[in-house]
Amino acid sequence: MSKNLRTKTSKFIDETTRISFRFDGKKYFGFRGDTLASALLANNIHLVGRSFKYHRPRGIMTAGSEEPNAIVQLNNNSSRTEPNVRATEIEIYEGLEASSQNCWPSVKFDIGGINNFLSPILPAGFYYKTFMWPASFWEKYEYFIRKSAGLGKSPTKPDPDIYEHKYIHCDVLIIGAGISGVMAAKIAAKNGFKTLLVDEKSYLGGSTIYQNSENFKINNQVSNSWLEKEINEIKKFKNLEIKTRTSVAAFHGYNYLLARENLTDHLPLDQRKDKTRQRLLKIRAKKVITATGSLERPLIFDNNDRPGILLSSAIKTYANLYGVACGEKNVLFTNNDSAYETAISLYQKGINIEAIIDNREEVDSKLIKETEKNNIKVYKGYTVVNTSGYKRINKISIMQLSKDGQKVTGNKIFIECDCLGVSGGWTPAVHLFTQSGGKLKFRDEDQVFIPKTYPSDQISIGSCNGDFTLDEILSSIPNKLKVFLNIKHTVYENIEVQSPFNKSKRNIWLLPSDKNIGKTKSFVDYQNDATAKDIKLALREGFRSIEHVKRYTTTGMGTDQGKLGNMHALGIISETAGSKMGELGTTTFRPPYTPLTFGTIVGRNVGEYFDVFRKTPIHEWHVKNNAKFENVGQWKRSWYYPKNGESMHDAVQRESKAARDSAGILDASTLGKIDIQGTDASEFLNRVYTNSWSKLSIGKCRYGLMLNEDGMVYDDGVTTRLSENHYIMTTTTGGAATVLGKLEDYLQTEWPELDVYLTSVTDHYATISVCGPNSRKIVSKIIPDLDFSDESFPHMSFKNVKIGKIKCRLMRISFTGELSYEINVQANYSKSLWERCMEAGKEFNITPYGTETMHLLRAEKGFIIVGQDTDATMTPIDLQMDWIVSKKKYDFIGKRSLYRSDTIKEDRKQLVGLLTENPEEILEEGAQIIADINKSPIEMLGHVTSSYYSPNLKKSIALGVVRGGKNMMGQKLIIPMENKQINVTVADPVFLDKENKRLNA
Amino acid sequence: MFLIICPYCGEREQSEFKAGGEAHIVRPKQPTELSDDEWAEYLFMRKNIKGIQFERWNHIHGCRKWFNMVRDTSNDEIKAVYKMGEKPPSI
Repeated sequence: MSKNLRTKTSKFIDETTRISFRFDGKKYFGFRGDTLASALLANNIHLVGRSFKYHRPRGIMTAGSEEPNAIVQLNNNSSRTEPNVRATEIEIYEGLEASSQNCWPSVKFDIGGINNFLSPILPAGFYYKTFMWPASFWEKYEYFIRKSAGLGKSPTKPDPDIYEHKYIHCDVLIIGAGISGVMAAKIAAKNGFKTLLVDEKSYLGGSTIYQNSENFKINNQVSNSWLEKEINEIKKFKNLEIKTRTSVAAFHGYNYLLARENLTDHLPLDQRKDKTRQRLLKIRAKKVITATGSLERPLIFDNNDRPGILLSSAIKTYANLYGVACGEKNVLFTNNDSAYETAISLYQKGINIEAIIDNREEVDSKLIKETEKNNIKVYKGYTVVNTSGYKRINKISIMQLSKDGQKVTGNKIFIECDCLGVSGGWTPAVHLFTQSGGKLKFRDEDQVFIPKTYPSDQISIGSCNGDFTLDEILSSIPNKLKVFLNIKHTVYENIEVQSPFNKSKRNIWLLPSDKNIGKTKSFVDYQNDATAKDIKLALREGFRSIEHVKRYTTTGMGTDQGKLGNMHALGIISETAGSKMGELGTTTFRPPYTPLTFGTIVGRNVGEYFDVFRKTPIHEWHVKNNAKFENVGQWKRSWYYPKNGESMHDAVQRESKAARDSAGILDASTLGKIDIQGTDASEFLNRVYTNSWSKLSIGKCRYGLMLNEDGMVYDDGVTTRLSENHYIMTTTTGGAATVLGKLEDYLQTEWPELDVYLTSVTDHYATISVCGPNSRKIVSKIIPDLDFSDESFPHMSFKNVKIGKIKCRLMRISFTGELSYEINVQANYSKSLWERCMEAGKEFNITPYGTETMHLLRAEKGFIIVGQDTDATMTPIDLQMDWIVSKKKYDFIGKRSLYRSDTIKEDRKQLVGLLTENPEEILEEGAQIIADINKSPIEMLGHVTSSYYSPNLKKSIALGVVRGGKNMMGQKLIIPMENKQINVTVADPVFLDKENKRLNA
Repeated sequence: MFLIICPYCGEREQSEFKAGGEAHIVRPKQPTELSDDEWAEYLFMRKNIKGIQFERWNHIHGCRKWFNMVRDTSNDEIKAVYKMGEKPPSI
């Protein structure tokens, strides 16, 4: 087990810096430059996890972000733990702790492995089929299904790391820094474009940077040395920014892209302190060049998922880049020339190759000849039919393929091995391109989807565009970029390329076996354990659309989105259903390309910045005086002010009583305030409110209801005429912004001829409301010069006043039914004015009250709260507020809707008062209201909208909406609760002082 | 996310704007003269086209002006923007 499989030195690995890490609790060593995967492989560890459904042992399969199997939990049991991290991407650091997922008690002995033997009874759609009946049992099933679902564990503590967002604007964004991306970057930067080059890896140069074979040459230099010089050159460009460890997650319309830049995940823990961990880049690029390369395809055969089975290209990457041999007895299995590149690399490093199995029968190329020259046995026209070895592959069996590739013939040959490299050709990484809205076309000759039409100013180059070979890349890029960037010259004219790659390929989506398919486990999606058999079953059961087959079998629905197997799924469907690949389409690739942390998505918007709130200018006083706060829209409003450990109920009762017995004071600064000016201001108000405004004299206030065009109540508030052409409108706290928006909309689009100007002054003025029988005495102490008599200053009127040198607007208006004054003052004076009111009111026991008391007091008077007693289905008539709807006005917003066939129905829900039989019983807001409990089904008549215990009336009061309630006065109704029924009587919604004696006191 | 050219401010991010539904639906001058059906036509009926759609947009986090926009809803291509009251382009 602890064998060292590190081979000859790689220059990408710093062998002078040894790094220790833990995997499943055991300590191992690797070198700086290693990924967790390469370090584990160097320690001869392949088994790293269990599969999702069958809990089959799984190993490292790739060397990149497409990895389906080797996903691990990092730093288990810490606040920094992270599930589903690809071992092939995480760079090791001192102190790294990783563990296997989806296994218990351990990856080597996993109880869930029994599912593998139960697999004949766990086919595709097992859950859908099994847990359908009896339907009432679903809740019981759900518990167990949820327990076994999901991969990895999410952290339970807050994330201690720092994340941030950053906007980037550039002329040209290049995604992918392989040979194509590097060439594009040089061309763009040399031509003066502000260029950004990003790559998900820690190094530049893609797979060419470790292509050190003498077979591939550019201008007579081995391709990797040529590319290295190019990279060194572009690093000097001032107008080119290069970001490594940066993965583009999403490619949206209008060239708007999101990328995740990893800043500290590769650093030792002690070097990360106070540094930003990850950054979400929001990139707006004028032009985008996609050079995302291609992914090697696996091959689909029986038991193709054992630890030790890797992509052939990954074996080459581990050998060339990390200096690691994946096995001592290596076999390669291929349908194209790529595996021979791997073979030659391994041979040069002295790594043993037992054999190469090639699907193709009659095939020859320079690479094959060179391989055979090195005495490596090549089985041509053969396929692997099975593998064995539970926790690590130890043997394969191969048979000869029939001419049509549908069957196997001849004798079985067994080959012992500890590592099998598979190569099924290449799939262009078109994920980001299709996310942007690009359409694909199918290229029959090598069975690949490549970009067809671009929805924005972008282009795909290199192997993600289907240009796989070195000569194709070097000859196509200069010409393409000349057109795309509209430039005359590129730096890559007349380059000599040596690229002896034979493009022949024998594509068989599902390789035949000597066994019946029902007895095979040929995995198409490794992470979700979807097999070829499952896909065929789905088709037999009638699924045809690729999107349906995907969901039924869960193919491509893992955290890797099926980057390896999606093409095979499509191929098997098209073969089985007899349709053409190009016509079948593909499933949708959705962002993110690789998983993002939540931290990256939220950035700095955490804690108090998650949802910022607004404070009134008097807020500090409320805090100091022990207020509890309530969220109203974005505002923090004082809810109630408990004294000496009072409960909320007790505090509200005390505040409510004080306000009616002597004096109360409320911070009403959050009310929306809109300043309305212009010669047509009165006409404008006439059109937006239901009542008439033309006769309101200067210095008077009026309450107004605003409707939507559909006749439903939208907002309410008091508007005051300050002068001939000047009004100040108040709106509800939550409705301020939308009311302003609605008024602007009508002014700009329907009535542009009106001379009206709207300005939001919500933040500029604070509002202090003093109410109660002693309010006049208190306010007149502060403003001694003013005549407060009813004649001079009646209810619903306004005065410009001065308190010292401070100008204020004083209104005598009331939301409580008490004598009440509202002082509007420039916000920055408001706290001192509030304190002055408190001082003046001391002798009257002036009591600060919050929103809860305000709600109680107004409910006693039957005043509505828009949004609490109304929803978007209440007309003023439903609210029994017919008095506010002008009959004379020819038109106002919503008028026509008030006599639509639906709005004139008698049995609409209407606002009524509700009194409980037992006056001590308080109803629950939202409770249902019914008339007959024995009727089946029980008819729901409405619900309770507001409910309080009134200390002033010494009984419970409530408002509710009841179907046909207007005509049910005095009628008995029932509120059914969990354990009881509450009897109520329909009453007038005005419970207190119907004659308005208090208002005019 | 679109890049929208506000006719008053120029090119801005979509996040500065609010969509306001179908354009060129004029509020009837004499609503009281209309039958229930005619009023319902104005009130509720909106097109939801796959293709060229005329829409209202508001530069709500900018100049707060309303304007019209012609958008191909199948690929989000913005064909034109023009001020309120201006004649729609022939597209």
